[in-house]
Order: sequence, then structure tokens, then C-alpha cells
Amino acid sequence: MFITRFTRGFTTCLLFAMLSFRVWAVDSAPAFDDPQLQARYDNLTRQFRCMQCQNESIADSPVSLAADLRNEVREQIAQGKSDDEVRKFLSDRYGAFVLYKPPFEARTWLLWLGPVIFLIGGLIIAVRIIMQRSRLADNEDESDQLRDNIKEQGEKA
Amino acid sequence: MSDQHSVWLYVLLALFFVVLPIAIAIVLPRHRRFIVPVIIFGLLCVVLAAGLNLKPGCIPSPLVGKPAPEFSLPKVEDATQMVSNKDFLGRKYLINVWGTWCVACRQEHEALLAIAREGVVPIIGIDWRDDMSMAQRWLGQLGNPYTATAFDQAGKVAIDYGVYGAPESFLVDEKGVVIYKYVGVITEEVWKDALLPRINGTIKDKEGTTCS
Repeated sequence: MFITRFTRGFTTCLLFAMLSFRVWAVDSAPAFDDPQLQARYDNLTRQFRCMQCQNESIADSPVSLAADLRNEVREQIAQGKSDDEVRKFLSDRYGAFVLYKPPFEARTWLLWLGPVIFLIGGLIIAVRIIMQRSRLADNEDESDQLRDNIKEQGEKA
Repeated sequence: MSDQHSVWLYVLLALFFVVLPIAIAIVLPRHRRFIVPVIIFGLLCVVLAAGLNLKPGCIPSPLVGKPAPEFSLPKVEDATQMVSNKDFLGRKYLINVWGTWCVACRQEHEALLAIAREGVVPIIGIDWRDDMSMAQRWLGQLGNPYTATAFDQAGKVAIDYGVYGAPESFLVDEKGVVIYKYVGVITEEVWKDALLPRINGTIKDKEGTTCS
């Protein structure tokens, strides 16, 4: 009883999970017959931002400009251009903004290093707080004295 | 991008948020421990406020300062002829990307007609991803501001120009170098305040992209 129920539930979940997997891909047919070229095409089109919708890659976007750009990428791969050449082609025309992985340069260093800077900053703050607390815990006398001081001040006021 | 004035406003605000807590800390030394959090909070506010006023849809064109991509396309006015921007070398010209499907292009049409009537610069139209007969009807009914209109059905030239929406316009100088890009509807004000000064050379900018 339990097992049949479990399997039924599991298969239903699995079915739904499969349904959500690239069912509405924008192109009906793959761009290349060669799986290696198709892999490069899939990888590249996911790296370019759709300039009209901005939060979608050209691989996911249904707008006509994205279709034109996919077509451009497909043609250039077919011509034997390297991935870097295709990236340069598009960023020369649309700017680094078209790249989801922009190059490391003067305008993008904060974008690339930001997470590391925040992580290090957070670590420093955390370590300082921990050290402060452990010092307080160690010097019970000191903290007692502190409490007395505060009390004294309170009494004076 | 926000204009120069608002950048200075944010710098001023940021300075205010740094100077004020420090001043308070000097006057009231007992509250010294609050300075750093207050400064951080203030600067964060300034950064977020600046972020609210950014235009993420306005992307500076890498084409400005570079030669305008050459093209040769069928002419909308007469499909047996070709239009090339090479024919316009030696004089300043305006490229205007449009389409009959583009509502905003209909809005700027009157302004383009007025610019054409002034005759300061020729306007080359790029009819982007369109239907030729509809484009011909559009020009016939509304009037034709273009010296020539190139028919870019496949959108290849639009890609060369980094076009991501219509209308978009490019100002090209005598040497064939793009000096300015305007994204959006051209109005009489845009012509007077942004395009004409760049044609006359009274405004020279390095990263000349403006959005409406």
C-alpha cells in the first residue's frame, strides 16, 4: 500500500520535473546536426544577454532580435569562427553589456571582486566580534569591574 | 546614465554622510562608536538612491568614435536600386532605424519631416525587419523624410550597428565616424538640444549615447 502510493507520488513528481525541462525552447529544431557544434552553440547563446529583455539570454528569449542574434551565432560557428571571435563580434557591436560574463577591466572590477571583498569584510567583522566576546568571557573579573563601573555611574546620575 | 549634475549631487550627499558623523563624533566623543555604522548606512543610502536613477535600458554604444559599419541594401523607394552609406562619405548624415511595426517611429515621424525640411543633414533610413510594400505605403502616406531608405529585412545591418530597439539614430561625421547615438523618439527638442549642437560641433563627447 505504502509503496504503491509512494511510487505513484514519485512518478508524478518526476513527470512534472521533466515537463518543466526545456519544453518551451524557442527554436523548434536544433541548430546543428553535429552534437559538438550544437553544444558550442547552446553554450554561447546562453552567454549573451537579450538586449531587448535584458534578464534573458538570447537562447531563452522569444523576441525577434534574439532570433536574429542566434542566427548570427549559428552562421559564425558554421563558418568556423572560435567562441572568442563570436564573443568579440557581439561585444564590438553591443558593448560588454551583451556578455553575461564581462571581461575583467576598469569598469567591471567591482562586479568581479565585490563578492570576495564582502566575504573578507564579513570574515574580519565576525572574527573581531568573536575575539571580543571570548576576551570578555575570559576576563570575568574585568567584566565584573565593568558592571560595577556602570552601576557606579548610574548611582551618581 | 544619469547626467553630470545628479552625479555631483550624489558625491555631495556622500560627503555629507561622511563629514556629518565625524563632526558629531568630534563634538560628542561619547557617541564615537556610532560613526562607522552611520557612515556605512549613509553611503549605502546614496548608492541605492543613485541606483534608482540609473537607466539600465540605456546602453552606451561602443560604436561611438568608430567608423560607421558600411552597408549596401535595397532601396525602399525603388527596390531596383541599392543604398549605401559610402555614397554619403564627405558629409555629416543621420541614420534613423525604424519600421512600420514600431509605434514610437510613428511618433517621431513629424519631427523627422521637419529635420528633413531644414536640410542641415541628409537622413538615411534603415527599415528594420519590415515588409517592403508596407514601408512604401508608410512613406507615401506620411511623407518621406529620408534621402534614401535601406531595406534591412534580415536585420544584419541592425546587428552591425548594435541596434536593440527602434527608433534608434546615429550621427555620422564627414569621415564616416559615428559621433553620437540617440535611442528613442526624436523630438524637436532632441534635434535642437542634442543633435544640432553635435552637428555644429558645439558639443563634443567621448561616449555619446543618450536615451529618451
